[in-house]
Amino acid sequence: MKRFLSIIIIAALALSLAGCGSSAADEKRVPTEEILESFGLDPELFSDYDYGMFYGQEITLNVANWGEYMSINDDEMTDVNKLFEALTGVEVNYKTYASNETMYSKLLSGGATYDIVIPSDYMISKMIKENMLEKLDFDNIPNIKNIMPSFLNPQYDPTNEYSVPYLWGMVCIIYNTTMVDEEIDSWASLWDEKYAGNILMFNNPRDAFGIAQAYLGYSLNTEDKGELDRCSSLLRDQKEIVQGYVMDEIFDKMEGGSAAIAPYYVGDAVTMCEDNPDLEFVIPKEGTNWFVDAVCIPTTSNPENKEVAEMYINFLCEPEIALANCDYVGYSTPVAEAYELLDDDAKADERRYPSDEFLIENTEVFVNMSDEANAYMQELWTQLKVDNSNVWFVPVFLVCLIAATIFVNVRRARKKKRDSF
Amino acid sequence: MKAPKALAVPYVVWVLIFTVIPLGLVVGFAMTDPDGNLTLENIFAMSDYMAVLFRSILFAIIATIICLIIAFPAAYIISRASAINQSTLVVLLMVPMWINFLLRTYAWMTLLEQNGLINKLLGLVGLGPYNLINNSGAVILGMVYNYLPFMILPLYSVMVKIDHSIIEAAQDLGSNKARLVRKVLLPLSMPGISTGVIAVFVPSVSTFIISRMLGGGTNDLIGDIIEMQFSGNSYNPHLGSAMALVLMIIVIFMMSLFNQFGSEEDVPL
Repeated sequence: MKRFLSIIIIAALALSLAGCGSSAADEKRVPTEEILESFGLDPELFSDYDYGMFYGQEITLNVANWGEYMSINDDEMTDVNKLFEALTGVEVNYKTYASNETMYSKLLSGGATYDIVIPSDYMISKMIKENMLEKLDFDNIPNIKNIMPSFLNPQYDPTNEYSVPYLWGMVCIIYNTTMVDEEIDSWASLWDEKYAGNILMFNNPRDAFGIAQAYLGYSLNTEDKGELDRCSSLLRDQKEIVQGYVMDEIFDKMEGGSAAIAPYYVGDAVTMCEDNPDLEFVIPKEGTNWFVDAVCIPTTSNPENKEVAEMYINFLCEPEIALANCDYVGYSTPVAEAYELLDDDAKADERRYPSDEFLIENTEVFVNMSDEANAYMQELWTQLKVDNSNVWFVPVFLVCLIAATIFVNVRRARKKKRDSF
Repeated sequence: MKAPKALAVPYVVWVLIFTVIPLGLVVGFAMTDPDGNLTLENIFAMSDYMAVLFRSILFAIIATIICLIIAFPAAYIISRASAINQSTLVVLLMVPMWINFLLRTYAWMTLLEQNGLINKLLGLVGLGPYNLINNSGAVILGMVYNYLPFMILPLYSVMVKIDHSIIEAAQDLGSNKARLVRKVLLPLSMPGISTGVIAVFVPSVSTFIISRMLGGGTNDLIGDIIEMQFSGNSYNPHLGSAMALVLMIIVIFMMSLFNQFGSEEDVPL
């Protein structure tokens, strides 16, 4: 038994020594240029930031992002996370979530530790208000200089201490030119009886109300109950002619020609138009929502990983990395040098890269609403979604239940009586 | 035979960790507000959602009845086939269940769309296009399609045990087919029916993905509303838990009612 134990101990020692040996060998990291070239990137375009400073320390960075929102697992494109791992020796543990709220509730319940999250604008302002985000140390993120000035100090993070923009876009109208034979330029088309049964709409209250608000000329962040009521009644009118309320299902439905017209995010509209050339999209003249998803570090993250997380943020702002992500996702990039690397068609497309004046005059960013206003909007939305049911449902159903109860009990009583004879 | 109670320990531990404690959490959430104070407000707030709750129950009842009507003769036919055919038929029944539930529902989307396969085929003979998706019919269809095997299998396993001589005896004594079903088959397969009804009704009443995919967001059920409270913009786990709790109580009540009804039926043995 002793001998057996000693063998095990020796084996363990040998293994751990071997482990030390290999990590010491890893310490001599391949030069950055070679790594970049092996990934097909131009080292000239990369900053001289020292990505090797945590090499060989066996750190794991937990990253949470939206699904399909980063250039990974595509053979034809740069795998951003693999490159980061090769450059830094840090392992990236990449997770995805389906909505801001899923991410938020995971952080709140403590069910997951993320060192990096990428929420949207209004969620960032909510999380700042609730002290859920760490202040970033911009000494570790020199690439912040690459971000276009119009994305600095945004409404959702006015002091620009908590977030670095990742990707952005606007909400547009996408339509099928074989089913729509006029120039679309207004939200009014989504209320046009001509397209009854062929209109799709957002299946979430913030975006759906946002369209009604833009159409009526209200602020997209209005908390005025009267204005919200008017939006709600407008959406109710629309319900009569809407084919369905959708989110990701829109890809199949628009590409397959099952619906004529729908509002959606520009980046996804670009993807849909590539798949079906009959589709076209436009930014309505009344103005629209300008959304930004930005990289943040939650307060619940592992404090030892903060510098690595900032290194990751800096890495995401490298022009070629931002370009890969923007190409993969289809959304617009806030990194100026990545924009310069885009092809001319994309650069000139004012729907993807509008001028600063356009953004200021025609668009508005969502910020967090007060809890009361948010709850009120939810209530209106739920009423809109569910109240086409008949008022008789409840009473008739209750009567049936009571009748069934009486029936069963009477039967049982009668049977008992019969059995007792 | 002593000590078989100890064998139940793994199951009891499992139920404790994964059923009893989560249920306690649901009750706890339902009875508190975000600051942790006790309140009944979440339960009261449920009154706004009663209509959608009852619509979900109605849809589930319709789907369960349709499943029963389809499954009863199907299970009977399978149970009366020869042994080899029986196993083939059961495997055929199981094959669709090996494919992911979401994929099967997606397949229905492509079938039912306005430009879908069914409308295209109908178009070839000059019919349609019909509006097949984004309505309550499509949602019920999705429920029936997905949960039908859960009705057939318990029915089959009960019916296969019915001795054929009992059926012959009934026929010898001059019972016609309707009477045979009503007086012999139905009572004898009652345990299968009650298992099947629970197996179809419970997942139907709480589904959210079927209504979203096939109902197009215009026929939301209580499952969708609950899901919205946890991962949608409305984020309110307390209200969501209250909804889940009310739904659970109503379902338990209905099931116990149904079981009482069922237990009366299988007395004539």
